[in-house]
Amino acid sequence: MSGKKIITIALAGNPNSGKTTIFNNITGTRQKVGNWPGVTVEKKEGLIQKFGYDLKIVDLPGTYSLTPFSIEEIVARDFVLEESPDVVIDIIDSSNLERSLYLATQFREIDSKVLFALNMADVARSHGTKIDAEKLSTLLDVPVVFTVGNKNEGIDNLLQEAIKLAESAPDEKEKRNVKYSREIEKAILTLQELIEEKAGNTIHYNSRWTAIKILENDKIVKERFIGKAGKAGEEILDEVQALRKNLLMHYDEDPEIVMTDDRYGFIAGIIKEVQTTSAKERIDISRNIDLVLTNRFIGFPIFIFFIWAMFQLTFSLGAYPTEWIEGGVAHLSSVLSGSLNETLFKDLLVNGIIAGVGSVIVFLPNILILFFCIALFEDTGYMARAAFLMDKIMHLIGLHGKSFIPMLMGFGCNVPAIMAARTLESEKDRILTILITPFMSCSAKIPVYIVLAGTFFAAKAGNVIFAVYLAGIILSILSGRLFRLTLLKGVDAPFVMELPPYRVPMIKSLLIHMWDRSKMFLKKMGGIILIGSVIVWTLSAFPRNIEYSADYSARMDRINESFNIKIAAAGEEAKEILRKERIAAIGIIQNEMNSERSEKTYMGRIGKFISPFFEPLGIDWRGSVALLTGFFAKEIVVSTLGVLYSVEEPDDGEALKKALLSSGMTPLSALSMMVFVLLYLPCLATIAVIRKETGSFKWTAFSIIYSTSVAWIAAFCVFQGGKLLGY
Amino acid sequence: MLLSEMKEGEKGVIIRVAGNGALRRRILEMGITKGTTIYVEKYAPLKDPVELIVKGFHISLRVEEAAQITVDKSQQ
Repeated sequence: MSGKKIITIALAGNPNSGKTTIFNNITGTRQKVGNWPGVTVEKKEGLIQKFGYDLKIVDLPGTYSLTPFSIEEIVARDFVLEESPDVVIDIIDSSNLERSLYLATQFREIDSKVLFALNMADVARSHGTKIDAEKLSTLLDVPVVFTVGNKNEGIDNLLQEAIKLAESAPDEKEKRNVKYSREIEKAILTLQELIEEKAGNTIHYNSRWTAIKILENDKIVKERFIGKAGKAGEEILDEVQALRKNLLMHYDEDPEIVMTDDRYGFIAGIIKEVQTTSAKERIDISRNIDLVLTNRFIGFPIFIFFIWAMFQLTFSLGAYPTEWIEGGVAHLSSVLSGSLNETLFKDLLVNGIIAGVGSVIVFLPNILILFFCIALFEDTGYMARAAFLMDKIMHLIGLHGKSFIPMLMGFGCNVPAIMAARTLESEKDRILTILITPFMSCSAKIPVYIVLAGTFFAAKAGNVIFAVYLAGIILSILSGRLFRLTLLKGVDAPFVMELPPYRVPMIKSLLIHMWDRSKMFLKKMGGIILIGSVIVWTLSAFPRNIEYSADYSARMDRINESFNIKIAAAGEEAKEILRKERIAAIGIIQNEMNSERSEKTYMGRIGKFISPFFEPLGIDWRGSVALLTGFFAKEIVVSTLGVLYSVEEPDDGEALKKALLSSGMTPLSALSMMVFVLLYLPCLATIAVIRKETGSFKWTAFSIIYSTSVAWIAAFCVFQGGKLLGY
Repeated sequence: MLLSEMKEGEKGVIIRVAGNGALRRRILEMGITKGTTIYVEKYAPLKDPVELIVKGFHISLRVEEAAQITVDKSQQ
């Protein structure tokens, strides 16, 4: 242990530059994954000890530039500006030197200590591109290190150089930076002098950089500048307006456009000196793969096959471990039931906490598999192709091609589906996708449809269920368009998307990816679900002393007695039958008692209280209570109905059917209830995920209110419309 | 001609990138700048978006975005 200060190293670079692989190689399992404050961009950091130093490695979001157009870029830039890391390592994809240098030059301008990692130079070389690192290093006055991230080569060297750079004295001499067009340079100089003269001691950023950004009309920098420099700042900004106007006249272009051109011009000059590309036409495996995977005719069938395979793996293969976990939970609760005394605490533990948390933990296998598949899609580069194929269709809803995956997964389970929305880069797209995904009918709703449609539509049940699914899809499309036009207005994020070369994924990185996300699910969900379970349990377990309308226990005793007499008198074989009959008879009374109990608990009272709300939808108080408990998990709707209708075996479909048919429920009210179940507020686990992924109570509340309103209106239209039509 | 009018396998040099602020800036920052050679690799099966090769990497743009880019096919 050196006891020295911690050296902070930020890893920056373009998406697909191999940055994450290098980060994983450096930090291994010592990673902390969280969010950047206030935004939903993933923040990864790791603390390691190496060469006698404590190194804090921060993985900045992958970006192409440092303009304030996307959250990722703002986050990356702010970290470098405000937290002043000791060193910024810019990871450069050697096969893409020109574009990578665009970001690199911007880090140089901020005046942070930058180190270049020329990554995957072996790949570049096999494509016939050679880079003269020494020359690059002299030209830009930046240390350059070769790395091969996926083979873990050059990483130690990289860290050594980073430490050396961090420990070196700040460099005072003029570095070689981008030189802009003449008039622009003049404007920068004027502005720089103005800033130093009038506001020099108020800003801690490099003054040339500040001047450049203000000239580029960078909103964030301007705001901060005024915030810090006050009156003087405003005066300077007035001056900037005049400067910009002159430049616009001179170049017939916005200054920022000219400056982008200038940067690429500067880079082109460097490229000419350091990079040699041999003339041979390269063989590009990636292009050949794409001949098949994005082929006009077979591209879609292959895509559908991959999605189908992912679905199968997630939900069919996942069903086995899910069963084991369910078994484990059941076992645990039966062991506890048997060994603990009948106390309130036991009830809370078994029926509240274990039942509640158990109902969520069963999603874990699905989530692990799904995220493994998604990581596989992302790491191989297929995700970009999926977006490429689907964008046309998704664009009709105002969404990005990548929104397809979360929406599709919604048919399985909304929890992983909403988590899958993380792959979307634009926050608006992400929120929009999260808001409409719950309308994709999840698999937990299937038992409800089967019972209701099976009971009331018999032969036509399949068609009815299909229509319900379709209604969900249509409503999600309509909602998407509506939100795009109102709440999440603005141009769709431009589709400008790189199609990175296909890569063989590294198993280590896939596993880290999968585990990171699943861990987050376990931790955060655990807390919210735990609290939710306790609340639901409390509502359905209290009050403890219920005044029953009939003396159920006396009735049970009577039945017991009369059977005892019969059994004593009967022969051996008849005895067995009679015993079974006795259990059934007592079961009926037990159920009646349970039914009255649930009617009189707080949950039942709330159900009765809110039943006027459901009356126009043709749903009685039992339905209301069932829907309320469905908040916990949609499957519960069926078992609650079972309990309320005093069915002997709540999970037995046949018995519940009979009870439903004789309850006064009609096909129309059943359809209305199905529509309501399809659309109404997502289950507790989903709400927890929405809260987590949007990072906002407001959006979470909106999602709950919106979906429930849509559900009510749709069910109302079905029920009242159907009545008008004479059904 | 406009980039969106070019066919698969055609090549040209960018003359002008039009369009509104953020989108235009984004396109330029990805290296699709004046004077760059651009190659139309393929259109997606549904004819939108389009895959291009610029400066040695593959990038996709929606057709409406490609319509903001003017290309000279004769210059190569």
